[in-house]
Amino acid sequence: MVEYFQRLGARSLGMFERLGRGAIFFINILSSIPSVLVRPRLLVAQLYSVGVLSFSLIVVAGLFVGMVLALQGFYTLSDFGAEGMLGVMVAASLIRELGPVVAALLFAGRAGSALTAEIGLMKATEQLSGMEMMAVDPVGRIITPRFLAGLVSMPLLATLFSAVGILGGYFIGVGLLGIDEGGYWSQMQAKIDFSQDVINGLIKSVVFGWVVTWIAVFEGYDAIPTSEGVSRATTRTVVHSAFAVLLLDFILTALMFGDI
Amino acid sequence: MIFDGVNMDIQRGKVTAIMGPSGTGKTTLLKLIGGQLRPSAGSIEVDGHNVHKLKHGPLYELRKKMGMLFQSGALLTDITVFDNVAFPLREHTKLPESMIRHLVLMKLQAVGLRGARDLMPSELSGGMARRVALARAIALDPMMIMYDEPFTGQDPISMGVLVKLIKVVNDALGLSSIVVSHDVKETCAIADYVYLVSNGKVVDHGSPLELANSDSKWSQQFMQGMADGPVPFHYAAKDYASDLLGLKE
Repeated sequence: MVEYFQRLGARSLGMFERLGRGAIFFINILSSIPSVLVRPRLLVAQLYSVGVLSFSLIVVAGLFVGMVLALQGFYTLSDFGAEGMLGVMVAASLIRELGPVVAALLFAGRAGSALTAEIGLMKATEQLSGMEMMAVDPVGRIITPRFLAGLVSMPLLATLFSAVGILGGYFIGVGLLGIDEGGYWSQMQAKIDFSQDVINGLIKSVVFGWVVTWIAVFEGYDAIPTSEGVSRATTRTVVHSAFAVLLLDFILTALMFGDI
Repeated sequence: MIFDGVNMDIQRGKVTAIMGPSGTGKTTLLKLIGGQLRPSAGSIEVDGHNVHKLKHGPLYELRKKMGMLFQSGALLTDITVFDNVAFPLREHTKLPESMIRHLVLMKLQAVGLRGARDLMPSELSGGMARRVALARAIALDPMMIMYDEPFTGQDPISMGVLVKLIKVVNDALGLSSIVVSHDVKETCAIADYVYLVSNGKVVDHGSPLELANSDSKWSQQFMQGMADGPVPFHYAAKDYASDLLGLKE
């Protein structure tokens, strides 16, 4: 019994220690942002690998999620004779929730895991130590450009996800199920509020981009420099990111839409 | 505790070797000198600076005067050999690209790999990777270079090339070199002074000739590669017979 509590205590202390290291790491990232901004080439290269290479995954996933939403929504709404509201339902679901959340989960799986593996392997092959000994700060040179690229890419990818999803809903609702085309767009235009829905969705995606990329770069930088250590760090990135996104989504939704 | 009461003096312009069995903390010692690790007690002075009292900026300034050759080479894997050698020059100088090209080609010529400038690190052999890393380490003309196990896993030709390069580079550029290794023959061939380290202490030191003739049993075992001696062949264990019979001690 005592051993159980000792283990529990040790685990808790370990968790808080990691959180502290992560926070200090984040402060180091923030302090090196100016050095990255004066060398935008570093950021552009990472925007390509973090953002552009996630493009096709986001588009395909967004399209299918929009199509499924339209199918499911149509059969539910038609029970109440409200199938004309399909466009609003698809758009609100995507812009408020599914766009930021699903895009963030996909982003964690594709770009987040790649970031952790890349940085972890750089650590395991002493590339980060090598940079330090060349008097080049690895946080400023390697970590911060990747962090900023994730922060910038995530809202753009979430917006793309929602836009493609709405188009997917249009193909199913209007093209397949015969809903009035004008109604699909006009209802959406009338009911979707820019500040309440679009801006809040964007805020969510910025927060998710921050948390997922922070977790990804920290796990890579903090990984045990062995093949097993990097593998575990990569798994942790995906799992912790998913939990963090879902938890933050609940908190943000309660804050943004709780009083409606 | 990794080191206890270790006192070393690395002389300018000389090749100083730190040798000892695997796992004695030789690499840790280099990381302490480079300020990548912090000692819990004691001090390390490089060029008059106490490394661990330096703040981030001055420490990085001091590191510009230090080169380090890692065991793996530590080349950046996503850029070519040329760009790897150019990396510190591009990071720390504002030299025009034409000048950087000249400097990089000169450094690569010095290690015999000018023709490999367009290769990626994955296309290099282990020995070539270390030679490129050496070219990169001398790119900023440092005052000292630290070599971490430079000969490990090398074929005889690569080893011979590295032995020659370390000595030539040290003498030609007037560097101070610290070579951490357990390859006795190769290291003694180029070292001016040798420290033998074991169990966190300096067990012997002197010129390679002095160590070869040392009375210390430990030095004799290490220098001649004997299987048994002060460092026992058997890892500490309970009595063999009782162990076989499954008896409790």
